[in-house]
Amino acid sequence: MELLCPAGSMPALKRAVEQGADAVYLGLKDDTNARHFAGLNFTDDKVGQAADFLHQHQRKLHIAINTFAHPDGWERWRYAVDMAVKNGADVLIVADLAVLSYISQHYPDVELHLSVQASATNTAAITFYQQQFNVRRVVLPRVLSIHQVKQLARQCSVELEVFAFGSLCIMAEGRCYLSSYMTGESPNTAGACSPAAHVRWQETSQGLESRLNGVLIDRYGKQEKAGYPTLCKGRFDVDGQTYHALEEPTSLNTLDLLPELVNCGIKAVKIEGRQRSPAYVQQVTSVWRQAIDCCLLDPQQYQVAAAWQQQLQGLSEGSQTSLGAYHRKWQ
Amino acid sequence: MQYALGPILYFWPKADVEAFYQAALSSSADILYVGETVCSKRRELRTRDWLALAKTLAASGKQVVLSTMALLEAPSEVTTLKSYCDNGEILIEANDMGAIQFLRENNKPFVAGPAINCYNHYGLKTLLDMGMQRWVMPVELSRDWLVNMLNKTEELGVRQRFEVEVFAYGYLPLAYSARCFTARSENRPKDDCQLCCIHYPNGRLTRSQEGQALFTLNGIQTQSGQCYNLINDLCSMQGLVDIVRLSPLGLETLDWLEQFRGNEQGQHPQQVAKSCNGYWHAIAGMHRTSSSAS
Repeated sequence: MELLCPAGSMPALKRAVEQGADAVYLGLKDDTNARHFAGLNFTDDKVGQAADFLHQHQRKLHIAINTFAHPDGWERWRYAVDMAVKNGADVLIVADLAVLSYISQHYPDVELHLSVQASATNTAAITFYQQQFNVRRVVLPRVLSIHQVKQLARQCSVELEVFAFGSLCIMAEGRCYLSSYMTGESPNTAGACSPAAHVRWQETSQGLESRLNGVLIDRYGKQEKAGYPTLCKGRFDVDGQTYHALEEPTSLNTLDLLPELVNCGIKAVKIEGRQRSPAYVQQVTSVWRQAIDCCLLDPQQYQVAAAWQQQLQGLSEGSQTSLGAYHRKWQ
Repeated sequence: MQYALGPILYFWPKADVEAFYQAALSSSADILYVGETVCSKRRELRTRDWLALAKTLAASGKQVVLSTMALLEAPSEVTTLKSYCDNGEILIEANDMGAIQFLRENNKPFVAGPAINCYNHYGLKTLLDMGMQRWVMPVELSRDWLVNMLNKTEELGVRQRFEVEVFAYGYLPLAYSARCFTARSENRPKDDCQLCCIHYPNGRLTRSQEGQALFTLNGIQTQSGQCYNLINDLCSMQGLVDIVRLSPLGLETLDWLEQFRGNEQGQHPQQVAKSCNGYWHAIAGMHRTSSSAS
């Protein structure tokens, strides 16, 4: 089982390698990837350096070019593919039909992974991408229960990758326009969800308020810990009840499921968080390396160490973790 | 310009569904979409009922299209999808690549629904080569985006090979989740939802703590809190859009259809203060602007 870790910068990439990541994924400094944030990601030169560093350490470089190409900006997506291949990417992570088609025609030997943004959740959709574009691996959206993941693993011949830890996206990825509804920018069109440029914080007599493009996402009392106003994680009102109508601020953590994921043949576990610090990447990679090594050594005896959980909890949104949709009751 | 009634996005009792389509038959709608696109647990009409309804409606001379699910997870859902795609008679609206896979295998033409992520001309060309004959634009895209895309399809020489449909009225389908938000709003787990969404024929409104309408909960689907309404933007669709889609909210949607027709050239603009049209104007979807692009 491969441990695939995120990097938004060279220091983060180096930490991931030091701590035992088998592969690292990153994005370029533009809207061709789904973490298009200021101060993050890799220039052309840095991609080359990242590839050299990873290959010296016998690790793999995955590059996410996983947003949807704009009709008047196709050259950016084509350039991203050409540049990534030229600079030594081992794998391209892609969602858009146009980009998939371009790669399968021009670079048939480059390993192609279907991004989570393509929302392939069932055998028929997976077969579609396998037959049309020869994708080697599919990254499953975070909407499937562990039972459904196992069913897919039994039925599909393609490699499967799942999200193991990090920010919990509760909607089928690539099929959520809540962010563009509120701000005009979405993961699909701009590579960003709840973009920081639209965030405002304000201390008021009723408490600390977080807003996204003027919309009140949450209001915090004196004792409460405030979180980033991701629009699906605010407290809203439904017929007089105020609660986290969609989801609470929480992170996904599947350490408990590791033996099941290993047993059903999941090829890779992915850590979310290209936007997070090198220290985050270091700690999460370290915990997951230990966990995977323990589990592979003896899945029957595998137990989640309290220290691992504690460490991951400290790095989680709202200091809470969840099994998310993998656990049927969450749904 | 043609007018379509989209699939009913909510869970209505069977009698209400039948009454709606009975009324729709006498309306001026050119195209009727039928079928469940949101949740497989909604079985007031079963697979055979939807197929029978589609065939009955088709006998009237209107075009009938069977819309299929957007988020398919269980093998049983895929089996149901396949049986729709194998029906051999009624045109299918695909809302997941899985449907396109089945239709391609059957060499059947299809409509690419609003939940298919097709954002550029090369994507369109790929779908055209698989049998797409109509493209329903993803709801988050704008007129500008559409113009760019259609210009590029001219360059590819494929502009004449498909129709363009735009979602122009109703609560916008914005997201799909494993979680049922209607069940959550009643404090029930999804496995014990008791089909409670049947009590919310237009979904359940979610507001900010300041009372601003944000989202509409519709089972596992999250919709816009404001009703999208492009009735005063029809002029700017001329030459671009072949089919205008209205998403059914009730029998009154049929009245809206007539008002849309009446304002096609901008001759009878309507009061639409409480609705939104931002996406069409390339701004945040929730906003409304009166400036009409043309």
